[in-house]
Amino acid sequence: MASSPMKQEARWGVLLALPAIIGFVAFTFLPMIASAVISLTDWTIGAAPKFVGFANYTRMFTADDSFFKSLWATLYYTLGAVPLLLIVAFAVALLLNQPVRGQGVFRVIYYLPAIVPIVANSMLWIWLFNPDFGLLNTLTEKAGLPRSQWIFDESTAIPSLILMSVWGFGNVAVIFLAGLQGVPRQLYEAIAVDGGGAWRKFRHITLPMMTPTIFYSLVTSVIGALQVFVQAAVMTEGGPNDSTLFYIYYLYRTAFTNNEMGYASALAWVLFLVIMAVTVVLFRNSSRWVYYEAGSTR
Amino acid sequence: MTAVLEKPEVAATAPPASRPLAPRGVGKKLLVYLLLIAGAIPTLLPLVWLVRSALMDSGQIFVSPPQWIPKPFAWDNFSGALTQVPFARYFLNTLIIEAGVLVGTVLSCSLAAFSFARLRWKHKNLVFGILMSGVMLPYAVTLIPTFLFWQKLGLVNTYVPLILPHWFGTGVFNIFLLRQFFLSIPYELDESAYIDGATPLQVYWRIILPLSKPALAVVSVFTFLGVWNDYLGPLIYLNDSDKYTLAMGLASFQGTYTAQWGYLMAAAAVVLLPIVLLFAFAQKYFVEGIALTGLKG
Repeated sequence: MASSPMKQEARWGVLLALPAIIGFVAFTFLPMIASAVISLTDWTIGAAPKFVGFANYTRMFTADDSFFKSLWATLYYTLGAVPLLLIVAFAVALLLNQPVRGQGVFRVIYYLPAIVPIVANSMLWIWLFNPDFGLLNTLTEKAGLPRSQWIFDESTAIPSLILMSVWGFGNVAVIFLAGLQGVPRQLYEAIAVDGGGAWRKFRHITLPMMTPTIFYSLVTSVIGALQVFVQAAVMTEGGPNDSTLFYIYYLYRTAFTNNEMGYASALAWVLFLVIMAVTVVLFRNSSRWVYYEAGSTR
Repeated sequence: MTAVLEKPEVAATAPPASRPLAPRGVGKKLLVYLLLIAGAIPTLLPLVWLVRSALMDSGQIFVSPPQWIPKPFAWDNFSGALTQVPFARYFLNTLIIEAGVLVGTVLSCSLAAFSFARLRWKHKNLVFGILMSGVMLPYAVTLIPTFLFWQKLGLVNTYVPLILPHWFGTGVFNIFLLRQFFLSIPYELDESAYIDGATPLQVYWRIILPLSKPALAVVSVFTFLGVWNDYLGPLIYLNDSDKYTLAMGLASFQGTYTAQWGYLMAAAAVVLLPIVLLFAFAQKYFVEGIALTGLKG
């Protein structure tokens, strides 16, 4: 036998992981460093980059109304969409977890909206929101409510997009359903022995056992919502009156319409910091309400 | 977080986990059905609206109050939409990108995952940890330098920026998923193959990959969906309209034919249909994959 089967194995190991390592360096690590450097320059495509220190960052916080508008629009959307999405998805998951006949069919029905490709979905919802001939105003009229301008009015644009995002609850519901199916049955039986009703089962077993799943969905949904883009790009173009100027859309316009690569890179880094800060806050608070089983290694 | 991530893998092999006790009494069952149906209506209504609009002629579509049954069925919305804009071309373009990205992702991610899960080498876990840290970075941070890089190479307005990174394991989450799966395969299989003189590459190809079809299916389905749904990538990198993908073609169609709702909904339905078919055939992998990947994409 060769003297070094271990050495050979190590060589193969590095070789097979090499594409991924190169990919990380070329498409994550170096661009990240480059982005930080570019954010310190004034760089319009076509001209030479000029080092300006932290001027892009001071401009953001002192001389750019659009920055604050986009930050506000994004936070408003996130604060509205995420809690609603989680509540609806949780309720649906509880229902779909009931062992009744036809369960499979209902699961498919409830999941369908989540598979609609985002651009097709955006087009569908422009049409649903149509103030004159759309489905939504037809329904509100039937219910005796006033017509709304939906995404075509400054004050209702974000709530409308929140409504649209809640329709895609299927993904989160699937995660919740997987969580519900993992709750050990003995726990429910123990409560039943004690003579506890459905509410006690829910309050003292289902909910605590689900907190890690809820927490995971909360974090991923918040991070996703903070990066909302397509709805602004396809449906509203940031309007009306910048009310849906979502952060990533503003960044996209800064970089690819105005060609301001330096400023756009600074915007990207501020977003990164915002996402990190939000994630840290969520994790900090999680120990107060997220329940991990005793003896769990995590 | 990891608790959720690891669960479905167990669920895939173990017998079905517990369920709450069956509803007692007809009353409770009835209530469950009522709620399920009540919830299904708003869930399906927008999709019904999509289909009914796609099949209505423009005379009927603007009738107030709206009607639900197309009369006549305006199938020519589909032929109309498909000829106004070269959707066949967009479809082909999308498939080219899909093929390139799928093969690259599955190969590069499974090779790396194999190395991290089944081979011993120095600092392996450190390297793996560093790669995984990339998940934390919002794509906006790398977007601009990456664009400038491809521009410098003169490769903007080609499919290279949309495909090539995927040949280098940039979908790090896939590496994570596949590694988790590979770790669950008994090591005796590898060892007996090595005793018979196999190389690691042969073990990867002949033992690990054939045993990992479910995990590879999950990765493939979600990679496919990612490309199908991607809007920002083509928007930034493709300038010529004959290079557009379906998602882009659809969005630009939206911009030019604002009032032709029959056409627009027909086009949207055409983009949606392949995903519905994929879902019909691979429902299991959708559900497993979402439970595994969370809300990615």
